[in-house]
Amino acid sequence: MNTQATEGLWRHARKLLVAMSLGGSLAIGPVHAAPPTADVNTTGLAVTDSTVKVGILHSLTGTMAISETGAQEAEKLAIQQINDMGGILGRKIEIIQEDGASDWPTFAEKSRKLLVNDKVAAVFGCWTSASRKAALPVFEKENGLLYYPTFYEGLEQSHNVIYTGQEATQQILAGLDWVAKEKGAKTFYLIGSDYIWPRTSMKIARKHIENVLGGTVVGEEYKPLGDTSFGSVINKIRLRKPDVIYAAVVGGSNVAWFKQLKAAGITGQKQTLLTISVTEDEVLGIGGENLEGFYSVMKYFQSLDNENNVAFVKAFKEMHGKDSVIGDVTQAAYLGPWLWKAAVEKAGSFDVDKVVAASEQGDIELHTAPEGYVKLHPNHHLWSKTRVAQWSKDGQAKVVFESDLIEPNPFPEGYQ
Amino acid sequence: MTFFYDKLLGGKQGAIGLAIIALLILVVFPLTLDLFRLNLVGKYLTYAFVAVSLVLLWGYGGILSLGQGIFFGLGGYGMAMFLKLEASDPESTKIQSTPGIPDFMDWNQITELPWFWVPFESFGFTLLAILTIPALFAFIIGFAMFKRRVSGVYFAIITQAIALILTVLIVGQQGYTGGINGITDLRTLNGWDIRDDSSKYILYFINAFLLLGCVLVGRYVLTSKFGRLLLAMRDKEDRVRFSGYDVSNFKIFVFCLAAMMSAIGGAMFTLQVGFMSPSFVGIVPSIEMVIFAAVGGRMSLIGAIYGTLLVNYGKTVFSESFPEVWLFLMGGLFIAVVMFFPNGLAGIYEKYSKRLFSCLRNGGDCGRRVTARILSFRTKSRATDDRRTGEAA
Repeated sequence: MNTQATEGLWRHARKLLVAMSLGGSLAIGPVHAAPPTADVNTTGLAVTDSTVKVGILHSLTGTMAISETGAQEAEKLAIQQINDMGGILGRKIEIIQEDGASDWPTFAEKSRKLLVNDKVAAVFGCWTSASRKAALPVFEKENGLLYYPTFYEGLEQSHNVIYTGQEATQQILAGLDWVAKEKGAKTFYLIGSDYIWPRTSMKIARKHIENVLGGTVVGEEYKPLGDTSFGSVINKIRLRKPDVIYAAVVGGSNVAWFKQLKAAGITGQKQTLLTISVTEDEVLGIGGENLEGFYSVMKYFQSLDNENNVAFVKAFKEMHGKDSVIGDVTQAAYLGPWLWKAAVEKAGSFDVDKVVAASEQGDIELHTAPEGYVKLHPNHHLWSKTRVAQWSKDGQAKVVFESDLIEPNPFPEGYQ
Repeated sequence: MTFFYDKLLGGKQGAIGLAIIALLILVVFPLTLDLFRLNLVGKYLTYAFVAVSLVLLWGYGGILSLGQGIFFGLGGYGMAMFLKLEASDPESTKIQSTPGIPDFMDWNQITELPWFWVPFESFGFTLLAILTIPALFAFIIGFAMFKRRVSGVYFAIITQAIALILTVLIVGQQGYTGGINGITDLRTLNGWDIRDDSSKYILYFINAFLLLGCVLVGRYVLTSKFGRLLLAMRDKEDRVRFSGYDVSNFKIFVFCLAAMMSAIGGAMFTLQVGFMSPSFVGIVPSIEMVIFAAVGGRMSLIGAIYGTLLVNYGKTVFSESFPEVWLFLMGGLFIAVVMFFPNGLAGIYEKYSKRLFSCLRNGGDCGRRVTARILSFRTKSRATDDRRTGEAA
């Protein structure tokens, strides 16, 4: 009650300030690098003359912590670099970090806390689809802004979310085209963990294989999350001898899946395997020797040999230790603060609606992205390249194919 | 009047305790907390329904259920199904291949509303289902277990297994249940926007009154003859059986009652949080609920509410202030409670309030006789406690 009253007062005071500063700027005309707070913040965000608050919301504890740590570290790195360059609109970024604790309602609760109590101007966070789905209604209700880093199933385009990872068609189609052309693949065996992302991805893959490539799917199977027994699947694979195993097994199951494949004699020398769920982070757990010769389809690999990436890897290792690895999502998370900076500067304001409007013009681009050039599409997703890379023993992957920039299409016609 | 006073409020002590918690929930929190924090308290209080039900079931009935999440989940999913259908009208789902069905069904290539979803279009049916389906499910489990005299650790393990099975079922059948994401993006209840600030206040108060209602029902059950039978059954089941009572029927009844209370909590959870997911059905939340009851004191209905509030308050505060190490602090809290206050918060209150009250009554002069009496009371109660823990182990 009390806080509402004070807030009302504040709002009133802010209005006065806006009026005063508007009058002032009219008199003086446009100047300086740090525009007055009343100009860049008309919606009561946590912006002062010298700082702007943002939230970071990832799991620091629980089963997802191992995956989300990299993303969170990359976001901090980007924010530090932006601050070293002088911040955004003359304001340093201050981070408020919250722990989603691998628990979906906690993500919703902490999102609300960041938006309602802390009034952060943007949130960088979430990893699993489940956590995003839980937090999404909060962002839409409180009109917050979320930068979401994970490659995901698509079928979503919220006013309040910028998706910095690939949606399913971007990641899948180019990889399948490559394997059909390069390896002459005709038969495919699809296997994934049983939840929304693998199922949607496989649906898209199947349509593409059958309708576009003229191949056949000889098996499609889903295992519960966390399942570690792949014996029966491996037997079926041996029986049907597919040209390609197409895999979207996630999390801890991955370790068992690849070890059991190797134990059954299915290795990179004899079998083409394409996975859309293994990044450098997962390889730490799986072990490079179990993956040798298999292929991953991602938009980013740590081994990318370009100027931006070399600098990024160096800075990341300086900040978070030289043994740290960088996977696809980590890189996508790194883009979040930079994309936000670009949009805020274009809008000349931190107000969410203005930042979103600026983002939807289709000309927010980053030439300095580690993955290369990226551009924000009006549908809130990124134009990006897709790469196929082959794993080697040391846990790094060698890029063997790189596509052109692919347009994001979260609601693909003919693939639903 | 005496019926009301003695049976529902549980005498003077009980009435004071109830008045304090009612004051706290209905007056102090709404006046001092901002809406975000109040909404959080509202969420915690939905867990308190389960903790209260565990006091009846475990504290008094001696039936340790490690699967109360099942009933919390059934209640929550019932409400979520109704709200989801309302949110999935053809107009707002027109981008789907099949408009008019929940979005997750569309993603899973389901083109028609499954038959068991259809009745949930009716609000009346939903309310009825929230109460009866968990009760019916509890009856089936209880009938199968208690008639065969399955009890103690075996019962706990079986309830845990059922909780796990239900989670796997929900996650696996994602086309029908929303899978691991749960049922999300719920908006209105019969056209009333549950996400509004004003509706959050209203839902909070509905929730608080329902919870106090559950406490009153629990009090009534415990002060009746049934309550004494429950205690007797917990301590010496065979003697009760030899006296001619059908023990299993009483156990089934209290199990069903606890299931219904938990389900109300689940339904209120969905309304206040705006979604439901399998992470509230499984083993971890079920055990957490037992911890809430244990911290509050498993012999005290009101203690369970305090326990729930304290543990969740700790969770929120620690995780906000120390996002990197908060789980260790929570672990420390649990260890401290179990080591120093085996009877939970209620135990602390009882221990010190008795002493305080008798001091006050004697005009501040704690004579030797009173102290001696308290000491003897304490040793006695400790002895029974030891016996109880011995049995549980």
